[in-house]
Amino acid sequence: MQYKLTTPVTREDLAPLRAGDTVLLSGVVYTARDAAHKRLMERLDAGEPLPFPLEGSAIYYVGPTPEKPGQVIGSAGPTTSGRMDAYSPRLLDLGQSIMIGKGKRNQAVKDAVVRNGAVYLAALGGAGALMAGSVKKLEIICWEDLGCEAVRRLEVKDFPLTVILDAHGGDLYESGPAAYLASLESKEG
Amino acid sequence: MRTIQAAALTEAVARLCIQANTYLPADIVAALDRQRKAEPWPLAKETLGLLWDNMKLAEQTHMPVCQDTGMACVFVELGQDVHIEGDFEAAIHEGVRQGYGEGYLRKSIVGDPLRRVNTEDNTPAAITVRLVPGDRCTLTVAPKGFGSENMSRLGMLKPADGVEGVKNFVIETVRLAGSNPCPPIVLGIGIGGSFDKVVYLAKHALLRPIDQPNPDPYYAQLEQELLASINALGVGPQGFGGQTTCLGLSIETAPTHVAGLPVAVNVSCHVTRRATAEL
Ligand code: SF4
Repeated sequence: MQYKLTTPVTREDLAPLRAGDTVLLSGVVYTARDAAHKRLMERLDAGEPLPFPLEGSAIYYVGPTPEKPGQVIGSAGPTTSGRMDAYSPRLLDLGQSIMIGKGKRNQAVKDAVVRNGAVYLAALGGAGALMAGSVKKLEIICWEDLGCEAVRRLEVKDFPLTVILDAHGGDLYESGPAAYLASLESKEG
Repeated sequence: MRTIQAAALTEAVARLCIQANTYLPADIVAALDRQRKAEPWPLAKETLGLLWDNMKLAEQTHMPVCQDTGMACVFVELGQDVHIEGDFEAAIHEGVRQGYGEGYLRKSIVGDPLRRVNTEDNTPAAITVRLVPGDRCTLTVAPKGFGSENMSRLGMLKPADGVEGVKNFVIETVRLAGSNPCPPIVLGIGIGGSFDKVVYLAKHALLRPIDQPNPDPYYAQLEQELLASINALGVGPQGFGGQTTCLGLSIETAPTHVAGLPVAVNVSCHVTRRATAEL
């Protein structure tokens, strides 16, 4: 199935999504990688407000290449999400709804996804030029000193994504390869 | 004795950094093309199609294929009859600085592994030099992303582990890597040598085009077998499931000690980049 979603999203918006479905996402997406996540945690620890509203938000793990004159954004494919595992459950519990990246997540993240009715979506790893085409507007909203890791507010249109973890415990990284292998067996059998 | 100006090295490295990050090598393009047509699993086929579109888009719009424009690994085959006029290493670092600046490539290097401050110009380059006969200087820039680099492994196996041990180690590496290195992957595999040498073999193996088998038929056969075993795992493009987990792999070997069997696997991705120039 393919779904069209616009941020901010609600639990109800995400409930029908299943691992393996594709999503065309529009609206606002915030970028944050390792260093920015660390600072988000420091703000939370200090009881200070975050630089963007978490409720129903989507965070994209990306450090784009610098934009050339006239470009909205440079190449902008996902980075490995596992490095954010230490931080994501806390953000999901506080209202973040969508994580966008690539690669495996740990059990704590999977549990937090189910607990909060959230989703983890994959952008195409290594398809930086293609992903950039969906970004219509870019604004650095804080921590410019982090360079490519600064937090950016992106406006995206029909950003092509695939559901990895769904709110019902589905995980495409397990079910996808298993389904493919099962299809081979049924051919042989 | 032939003299090459350091400035010529700088100019070549700068150009190669941009070229490598924008245009994938012909062997990688051919393998992607073959697999997007051959892949039987629908989601996998669709995914390979998108990776193909991305590669074409980068070519047409002169954008980096991937946003991780990597650590600039520079391999130099330096003819022993060449005299470099100027500072050889500084000239290469300067080429990286210029290439990553002028090419709007991402600056991904921190100057210290623990204190982690970005050097802001992607220097220093990781330089490997080999002296060869003659009066030529061949430069290869192979920018390496770390989503895949981080999945690489080294094992000091026992001689008794034999070829089966090597196969198991490689397959286990791919299994552990799963979706992280942006499959379909490319592997450079080193077997033999010493603790340090085997890693160099694995990295160097990534420079060989994947449509070029190992010249020794025994290892060419092993390359074939390993590729088939990896593509039977079902990981598939991006780890979504499917046949195409690995586009190709290269093995390099070296003599080793009677008591050891070192093996190293350098994991790379469908954005395996290299560009070469001869001065
Ligand atoms: S693993 Fe390769 S394709 Fe994936 S982000 Fe890194 S450099 Fe790009």
